[in-house]
Amino acid sequence: MSMIAMNFRGPFRVRADRKPYPEIKHPGDAIVRVTRSCICGSDLHLYHGLVPDTRVGMTFGHEFIGVVEEVGADVKKLKVGDKVLVPFNVACGTCNFCNQKLYGNCHESNSQSTAVGGIFGYSHTAGGYDGGQAEYVRVPYADVSPEVIPDWMDPDDAVMLTDVFPTGYQAAEMGGIRKGDTVVVFGAGPVGIMAARCAWLFGAARVIIIDHYEYRLEFARKFAFCEAYNFLSLSDPVVFLKKETGWYGADVCIDAVGCEAAGSALQTLTGRKMLLQAGSATALHWAINSVKKGGIVSIVGVYGPTGNLVPIGNVVNKGITIRANQASVKRMLPRLIEHVKNGVISPKEMITHRIPLEEVAEGYHLFSRKLDGIIKPVLIPSTARA
Amino acid sequence: MENLESKFAHIPGWGIDANPENDPTYPMKEWNGDDHKRLNYERPPQQPVDIEVLHSNERPTVSAVFGTSTPPSGLSGMIRRQAFKYGEGSWGHWLPLILADRINVWEGMIDDLLHGHFPNVVKERGWKAEWEHNRKGMLTNAAIAAAATAAVTAFFVIRSRTKHSK
Repeated sequence: MSMIAMNFRGPFRVRADRKPYPEIKHPGDAIVRVTRSCICGSDLHLYHGLVPDTRVGMTFGHEFIGVVEEVGADVKKLKVGDKVLVPFNVACGTCNFCNQKLYGNCHESNSQSTAVGGIFGYSHTAGGYDGGQAEYVRVPYADVSPEVIPDWMDPDDAVMLTDVFPTGYQAAEMGGIRKGDTVVVFGAGPVGIMAARCAWLFGAARVIIIDHYEYRLEFARKFAFCEAYNFLSLSDPVVFLKKETGWYGADVCIDAVGCEAAGSALQTLTGRKMLLQAGSATALHWAINSVKKGGIVSIVGVYGPTGNLVPIGNVVNKGITIRANQASVKRMLPRLIEHVKNGVISPKEMITHRIPLEEVAEGYHLFSRKLDGIIKPVLIPSTARA
Repeated sequence: MENLESKFAHIPGWGIDANPENDPTYPMKEWNGDDHKRLNYERPPQQPVDIEVLHSNERPTVSAVFGTSTPPSGLSGMIRRQAFKYGEGSWGHWLPLILADRINVWEGMIDDLLHGHFPNVVKERGWKAEWEHNRKGMLTNAAIAAAATAAVTAFFVIRSRTKHSK
């Protein structure tokens, strides 16, 4: 038995292929028929060849929802036919980290690295799991993370709860925002825009977003109610932000860019082109240098392992607190579902493109090249309608 | 302090999750006091290890559950096995993995050909999307590439003729 799935063939090359139908490998597994899967901005790091141990033949996709088709012997909560949203973390729910609700740091889901927990479709550095850009996917620990989608919830909102919304929310949460704070978000990709929007939920009084794509800045202004600036029009973004904050610095800076940051020739050369760093740390530099003394820098941008040219001296001298993590989606789901239900936020408004799974190569190209005003693409398998 | 509630009344949910207890100096907000037990928790059942799974040398065993996407194979697999002898923070770990990824691309090409599949690189790179949404840019780039190729070719042809004429 086979299915259609995205197939990574090397940097900038993917295709939809026939692959074997996934199997139950562990009594806690479920097989889910995918009805929606997104291409995430962090998938582009894999697509661009920046994350080590991304093997040819893998299927990407860590943002997906679907219908349970099969369950393993130990699965108690989920049953065949349940419509589920599946957080991007593979989490066991029993290790010491999961016990602390650090589901993004599970110790029993990734053999290849202790620094990161298991993530669906995110290289072997994140566990070697095939992801949800497919018709079917194996979901380990099915009783732990997956959440049955409430009847009232739009599937487009549900798929945004698997990563984008929780990651943006956690970025704001880790900023420790207090009422009246000024928050600067670097990166107007889907997560950055969501982080800017969520900053208001914690009581920010001013939210600024920085990027270099005008159409994304325009989207951010409307969706996240924030000020938006193009760093290409600024001679020095840090000086600009200092001036904008009374020469003081922002209370909280959020790095929602990660390893593919533009804006610095040196970082681009050593981090993105030569891969001598774990990605260019330009956004992180700007965040550290733009935050006030004693301020907080929150990092959700994805960096590869291991070394980076980071201005750690400024971190020390300014007394900055840095918080960073992969989002622990499960921890936040109850609150975020409540927000969707109460109309506080409608994350599906970020979806701009619906692409058949068979056209995954065009979808990646479109997103990678930022064509056609793309903010958030969703892949739809033909079996989604079955 | 100004009345922020009324100032931001147009933003749905403004301040709804404000939490003075969110102290950023404590990343482990849900600390439960059991961390000293470390690996003494009850592990989930072990997934049968019926494929080759590389595991970090910073942990004693493979995780209870693991991905089975693409086990190491070929030359890239040999390099990956060597890489996993080094710790996660070591260049000896990551740089070989990046090298293995690049070699793996060629292995993928060969594998395709061996299975009678000639890779359609234009399709795999999604250039149809570029053609549909950035036709002018694509044609410009093609023209620049053609001009550069012609210039380089002309340079070598002229140089070759000059050498022969001497």
